[in-house]
Amino acid sequence: MASRGATVGPAVRSAGLSVLVLAVLCAVWEAYKWIGERAEIRWPFPVNERTMPHVHDMVGQLFEPSRRNGPLLIDVLLDAAAFTAKEAAVGFVLGASVGFLIAVALSQSRLLQRGFLPYIVASQTVPILAIAPMVVVGLGSKGVTGWVAVAILAAYLTFFPVAINTLRGLQSADPRALELMHSYAASRWTILWRLRVPASLPYVFSALKISATASIVGAIIGEAPSSIQEGLGGAIVNFNQYYSLEPRNLWATNIVAAALGITFFLVVAGAERVVVRRAPENVA
Amino acid sequence: MSTVVQPVPRSFGRTIGRRFRDWLPALVVFVLVLVAWQGLVEVFNIRQFLLPKPTAILGALRDNRSDLWSAGIVTFKEALGGFAMGSTAAILVALVLARWRRVGGAIMPYAIAANAVPIIAFAPITNNWFGLLNPMSKMVIAAVLCFFPVFVNTLRGLTSVEPASIELMRSYAAGEIETFRRVRIPNALPFIFTGLKVASVLAMIGAVVGEYFGGPLDALGVVIQNNVALFDFPLAWAGIIVASAFGIAFYAAVAVAEHFLTGWQPAADSRSD
Amino acid sequence: MSAPPAAVSLAGVGKTFGKGAVRALEDIDLAIAPGEFVSLIGPSGCGKSTLLRIVGDLIQPSVGDVIVNGKPAHRARLDHDYGIVFQSAVLYDWRTVTKNISLPLELLGWSRGRRNERVREMVELVELSGFESHHPWQLSGGMQQRVSIARALSFDPALLLMDEPFGALDEMTRERLNMELLRIWERSGSTIVFVTHSIPEAVFLSTRVVVMSPRPGRIAGIVEVDLPQPRGAETREQPRFFELVTEVRERLAGSGAATAPTEPALVTEERV
Ligand SMILES: Nc1ncnc2c1ncn2[C@@H]1O[C@H](COP(=O)(O)OP(=O)(O)O)[C@@H](O)[C@H]1O
Ligand SMILES: [Mg+2]
Repeated sequence: MASRGATVGPAVRSAGLSVLVLAVLCAVWEAYKWIGERAEIRWPFPVNERTMPHVHDMVGQLFEPSRRNGPLLIDVLLDAAAFTAKEAAVGFVLGASVGFLIAVALSQSRLLQRGFLPYIVASQTVPILAIAPMVVVGLGSKGVTGWVAVAILAAYLTFFPVAINTLRGLQSADPRALELMHSYAASRWTILWRLRVPASLPYVFSALKISATASIVGAIIGEAPSSIQEGLGGAIVNFNQYYSLEPRNLWATNIVAAALGITFFLVVAGAERVVVRRAPENVA
Repeated sequence: MSTVVQPVPRSFGRTIGRRFRDWLPALVVFVLVLVAWQGLVEVFNIRQFLLPKPTAILGALRDNRSDLWSAGIVTFKEALGGFAMGSTAAILVALVLARWRRVGGAIMPYAIAANAVPIIAFAPITNNWFGLLNPMSKMVIAAVLCFFPVFVNTLRGLTSVEPASIELMRSYAAGEIETFRRVRIPNALPFIFTGLKVASVLAMIGAVVGEYFGGPLDALGVVIQNNVALFDFPLAWAGIIVASAFGIAFYAAVAVAEHFLTGWQPAADSRSD
Repeated sequence: MSAPPAAVSLAGVGKTFGKGAVRALEDIDLAIAPGEFVSLIGPSGCGKSTLLRIVGDLIQPSVGDVIVNGKPAHRARLDHDYGIVFQSAVLYDWRTVTKNISLPLELLGWSRGRRNERVREMVELVELSGFESHHPWQLSGGMQQRVSIARALSFDPALLLMDEPFGALDEMTRERLNMELLRIWERSGSTIVFVTHSIPEAVFLSTRVVVMSPRPGRIAGIVEVDLPQPRGAETREQPRFFELVTEVRERLAGSGAATAPTEPALVTEERV
């Protein structure tokens, strides 16, 4: 209901505030490093140039050539981020769709819920990423390309929050509205689309925000041990090997990974704003 | 009119009976899936790459149970340490932010955004901080993973108190500390447990996956990874099952604690999440 | 010896919410003697709850003085001079009936033995024996409200503030609780300030009915209720009862309440 003029102000202010918060975090980092190096802090870990590079060095590293006469590190990492984003996005869409369908199916029958819900919950205790290479190789032997296999891993992490939250959302429909629908002799299908699905939207979006992050995690970690070199996970494994020589590369990569995660999250949060006008914040 | 809602009488046998009927469908699904899986692998003679036969996995589990168990314990200790650190920090920060609400409101969006950072990708860095073999390197990852769900839920629980409940305390001239102790914290308990249950699962996952970027040879994540590398998939799957079992047991332990500490709730299972 | 100080004395009290946006109360002057049962009646939104909260020092008046038991309202709150009962029972789900009632006693630092004894008396007083270890959600609305009354009375406050305590109950439960409240009042000898929007309830219970006008809330008139004590079911059938009901109704109408658009009570959904 705020007028245009009133919305621009807060947007600018919150952007300014974000910069401020970021600056404070960097300052804390630098201060800890400064003190740590002089006081020779050894606990919980030794503070030095290797464990805690300067913030400006980490960022600066992005604008150094990645290798002699090669492209800038940031170009390399942006390419890698795009590759990982593709895996994550495909995994996200796949996982979210599957999660949504599972929820719709389970919402139709208590028996199905009793039969499958425990396994859906238990599935999250399976550290699937620990067998990422097995999955990638296994799917590869069925003719699935590497990045698609990674997308499937990302989907595995994505589907769960969506399935659980959507189910809860579908069941959250106002009982009185349900009774009303029944009094119209509305079909299951009508009730589902007219009542349950709209009621579930805020729940779905709060799950999608969680899933956005999960899909990035799935993509990065899925790549890492699977010798897929083109993405951020590959870059992390690669730079990790040279950490003692050049710690700033790994840090720079992780900064990009963090930025990618936050971007994904913000995209979904933005979509939520558009779709669910006034989502009750308490279903997050 | 003034009908009294009596608590459902809970005879032990009845409870067990109901429990069993509730779980029966899940049990049926379990058996059917196992049979189908075994059957498919045998009938179609699928190459045992991705999915070894359940019997093969069980065999590997049986033959290596003591190694897997001790590896599970190593990793579980990391998970437990991280869980304790992360949850404690989360609850303390939530208490502070619930007390100084304006600060909390200002920080919240950044906390939410920060949660979108793929934390596990930082495992190589914590490995370099603490050393590969130092359990602290995994604990920190697990702790950061645990922090957010516990923090968000605790803060929500501490601040979702009816205004009249607070006014009542004010009418008794109760101070801020009393109000937290007698209203906000009890009110938050079910929320805190919701967060802790999520965190328990994340802690175990974080520890196992953190070990992926290197860890002691006797840790579960490393054991799984090495067996994948050796193409011993039944054993790798057995390791996964052990990890999963530890995760489930951890979750169950938290749920039991919840049951004892928030037993006053109308319907523990419907409200807890 | 001078006369005992008024239980509540309001002088020139006014309250404005926001930046002068909502004038909730204006020029409230009222003195309530110890032992009185005073009802505040008026349409929704006329500032009854606000006035009660001001007396309880839960919010501050914009102007005016509030004296409770001969001291500033703030001091009175710190001295635990009053007990309050809200429209909803406001019980803590994690506490049993017993523990809900003993909450203020714990805060006052009473010993366990003394607490238990008092709680037992209170449970008997509000006729909840047998429900001591129930949790609030296991009780009906009327029983919850009785717990809330027992809690407010438990530490013997000289003053009881009640904000539409029976508003959410059905008519029959409400009439029974009205009787119980009168019985408790007679026994305890405390002063009661009772907010209601039910005219018969106000007349039946009170020694005086304060009629309030809609926004800004002012005192539109005071009706002395000269019905004999103790009151009972037959009180409601006396001609005098009907006369008084009519008088209050006319005062309300005269204050513009009847013509003012009725406005739903402020629903404070937000959580804090
Ligand atoms: N905290 C508040 N902030 C702003 N306005 C308020 C607040 N509390 C009450 N009001 C306003 O003051 C007026 C009186 O409210 P209240 O005392 O609750 O009325 P009553 O109890 O007689 O129904 C109403 O118009 C209400 O909207
Ligand atoms: Mg009111």
